[in-house]
Amino acid sequence: MSAAYDVAVIGAGHNGLVAAAYLAKAGLKVIVLEAADRPGGAAVTREFAPGFRVSGVAHLLHAFHPRVARDLGLKLGAIAAPVGTAAFGPEGARIDISPDAGATAASIARVSPADARAYGPVMARLTRLATALGGYLRRTPPSPLPSSNDLAANLALGRFALGLRLLGRRDFLELTRILTMNVADLAQDYFESDLVKGLLAFDAALGLFLGPRSPNTVFSLLYRLAGFGRHGMGGLHLPIGGMGALAQSLAAAAKRAGAAIRTGSPVERILVEKDAAAGVILAGGEEIRAPIVASSADPQRTLLRLLEPGLLDVQFAKRIRHLRMNGCAAKVHLALDGLPRAWALGAGRIICAPAIDHVERAFDAAKYGRVSDHPAVEAVVPSLADPSLAPPGGHVVSIVAQYAPYRLRDTTNGTARGQILERAVAMLSQSAPDLGARIRASEVLTPQDLEAKYALTGGQWHHGEVTLDQMFFLRPAPRYQQYRMPVPGLWLCGAGAHPGGHVSGLPGANAAREILKEIKAGRRAR
Amino acid sequence: MTHVRHLTPFLRKTPFHEAIERLMHGQGWVRWMGYQTAAVFDSEQSEYFAIRHGASVYDVSPLIKYSIRGRDAARFMDFLVTRDMAKVKPMQVAYTAWCEDDGRMIEEGTVFRLAENDFILNAALHQLHWLTEAAYGFDVAIEEVSERFCGLALQGPTSPDILAAMGIRGIESLPHFGIMETRLDGRWLRIDRAGFTGDLGYEIWVEPPDALWLWDTLFRVGEPYKIAPIGSRALDMARIEAGFILVDVDYIGALHAVRPSQRQSPIEAGIGWVVGFKKPGYFAGKRALLRERREGSSRHILTGIEIEGRKPAPGAFLYADREARTELGLTTSALWSPTLKKNIAFARLPPDYAEPGRQMWIEIWYPKEKKIERSMVRCWARSRMFFDPPRKRQ
Repeated sequence: MSAAYDVAVIGAGHNGLVAAAYLAKAGLKVIVLEAADRPGGAAVTREFAPGFRVSGVAHLLHAFHPRVARDLGLKLGAIAAPVGTAAFGPEGARIDISPDAGATAASIARVSPADARAYGPVMARLTRLATALGGYLRRTPPSPLPSSNDLAANLALGRFALGLRLLGRRDFLELTRILTMNVADLAQDYFESDLVKGLLAFDAALGLFLGPRSPNTVFSLLYRLAGFGRHGMGGLHLPIGGMGALAQSLAAAAKRAGAAIRTGSPVERILVEKDAAAGVILAGGEEIRAPIVASSADPQRTLLRLLEPGLLDVQFAKRIRHLRMNGCAAKVHLALDGLPRAWALGAGRIICAPAIDHVERAFDAAKYGRVSDHPAVEAVVPSLADPSLAPPGGHVVSIVAQYAPYRLRDTTNGTARGQILERAVAMLSQSAPDLGARIRASEVLTPQDLEAKYALTGGQWHHGEVTLDQMFFLRPAPRYQQYRMPVPGLWLCGAGAHPGGHVSGLPGANAAREILKEIKAGRRAR
Repeated sequence: MTHVRHLTPFLRKTPFHEAIERLMHGQGWVRWMGYQTAAVFDSEQSEYFAIRHGASVYDVSPLIKYSIRGRDAARFMDFLVTRDMAKVKPMQVAYTAWCEDDGRMIEEGTVFRLAENDFILNAALHQLHWLTEAAYGFDVAIEEVSERFCGLALQGPTSPDILAAMGIRGIESLPHFGIMETRLDGRWLRIDRAGFTGDLGYEIWVEPPDALWLWDTLFRVGEPYKIAPIGSRALDMARIEAGFILVDVDYIGALHAVRPSQRQSPIEAGIGWVVGFKKPGYFAGKRALLRERREGSSRHILTGIEIEGRKPAPGAFLYADREARTELGLTTSALWSPTLKKNIAFARLPPDYAEPGRQMWIEIWYPKEKKIERSMVRCWARSRMFFDPPRKRQ
């Protein structure tokens, strides 16, 4: 038996590390147990071809909360560079979105003068609405049962409602109108050009098993935009050194605070004694005892695989089994011997989603278990922000190809891999005809591969789709939204808990706060 | 009951039907789980006295039965039900409840433990969906076997003599809640010493082709022992005297209660003793039940009451005072007990009124010569097991 700890954190992903850092800072003896040979989880940088390194899963930063960065002494400015977006359409059409409003408008004016005028104000308004909703990102969701909230929770709820009211009547009504609707209709309301509408549709559907005409997609757009205001980093950033650099800084912060991190130590079981968590059992059989177990693994893995059957009530276990965790996006990594000419103008992020219908049709295929014939594609060139990721003269491209469903029909995972590579490159080649000739090596990670490699159940990188019915006090399940799982001592501190996915550090930070609150209350009670 | 007549073409017939129909002089049928079964043959009073003074035969074939077996069956049963199944040995029957997440009772029934990892769960309502959901992660095979066996409840003081006279060896040593399997005339029988009458009695299970043989044998051998067929009405009288609760009569099954507030915990339904709080592992609803016990948040407890006078009081209000200023609760089942010569009922009472001996008032409305009369009389909390003769266990 090893030394006893106060807290055992399962998984050294960004949320596990953030939780560990906060808990260790508060003076607890914390150990983080990571299955992989380095910390980071889905936020790692890895070499996929000799000399070519890339962010393994998440490749853009926008949502990391400035407060978490400040608390943990992270200098986000030093590890991430702002990045613009270039959206490509047919016949050389192109718009460039950048922090420079004038240049952005000028580039949109080439496809639609009306959209050029509308784009800035519309995105500012959506970001404003999202920021009002985002007030809850850093707070613990209230309980839907009226009597079970304490004064602080009720105050937070009141302040949240007040914040929404203070948006003013027009914005407040607009928010209530658009919150549950689909992004295609929203885009039609605001814009006329296919390219702008396609970009909006793509951003809203990114990482969701939904098409732009599915309800809820405006919510997911707002959820994304919440990280574009003061609750996030103000816009998209490419991590310097890949996403692994952020994980390294978080690991360093956790270690500085006194947490121990053990890599290559997959947790096989959560140890439960007298119906309460008592530690974890590693794959080799080693037992690590801790009265608090905080899991940053996804809810299904934590509750259905790491716990023995028979520890959860029946209806709750069913809710967890039925969480929607449909991975639908594949990662494609390309090693290039030079940057395609069209991409040289330094945008860093390339989108191929030339129209709403393009994204919708891509989704249609996924609904029936097929890889999209013409996927919607996001490509970033991390080596533009950090040349050290590729050998001199070379570049790496990190691609999210949507849709590639987790559940395939009449297709093997291997076949799907080939289809994804071929089709994603074909899409990108429409704007960069010389791309194909520059590829030296490639790698494809389907949702099934992401599940196997990064322990993301269903290949769903948000640990559960971010939709209204799986958010806020419903995440991961009603009455279990406050990070506390039914088994006493077991906590969820990953993206499966509020406020969900993206590299934000918030689920970890919020869970740590709740854990500390309970410890303090326990001490008082004694 | 006439409506059953019109339904008979659609109702199923149990394997004993042919024998029962011969004895059914009136149209005393009732529908039970899609079967046409006997409510009363000639007189529910005389059938009742057969239970208490002779031997009664009641067809329990429509009961729903599930076979639960497999490598994890013992662990699964311990998780599923509130009783500590580790204390139930092979070839024993246990009465238990099973609960949903909030510790509210889905149903109660008996579990036969046939072997370490081989169980039969007897239920009044369909449970397959719940069992399948609860079994997630366990290596068990759950199968409905309701039609694989059919059974007769042989209940009453002379019942062991009949079984002994039939030639069933070892019946005299079968303990209360014991199970035995044996063969007679080359036929397989499973006999358990349990029942729904609160009296000395047995349930005898055979395969459907042997049903009529069992019936005929019982009645041939049982003639000198005052054997009689009974219907559900007489059984209902006996079960109230014995304090046995019935789903959707004395409590509402938690999964089909329309109002969530009407769901009840086993503690509230007056069978708190079936909750194995001390059993080492977790079981469905345990956290909620522990909280209920710790916080004393039981809203009421189903308790026996003894009522002044002779007027049966189903669905009657109870009050703390004669003036009916403080309402306490409502009765569910009630009857004038012919054996005890007492007016008894089950009542939902606040926990502090559920103490035996506590006096309350009850308001009974009853018809009398085309008039509805009201009577406000005293009643006292009692153990719900009004009738509990030593012979049941001896």
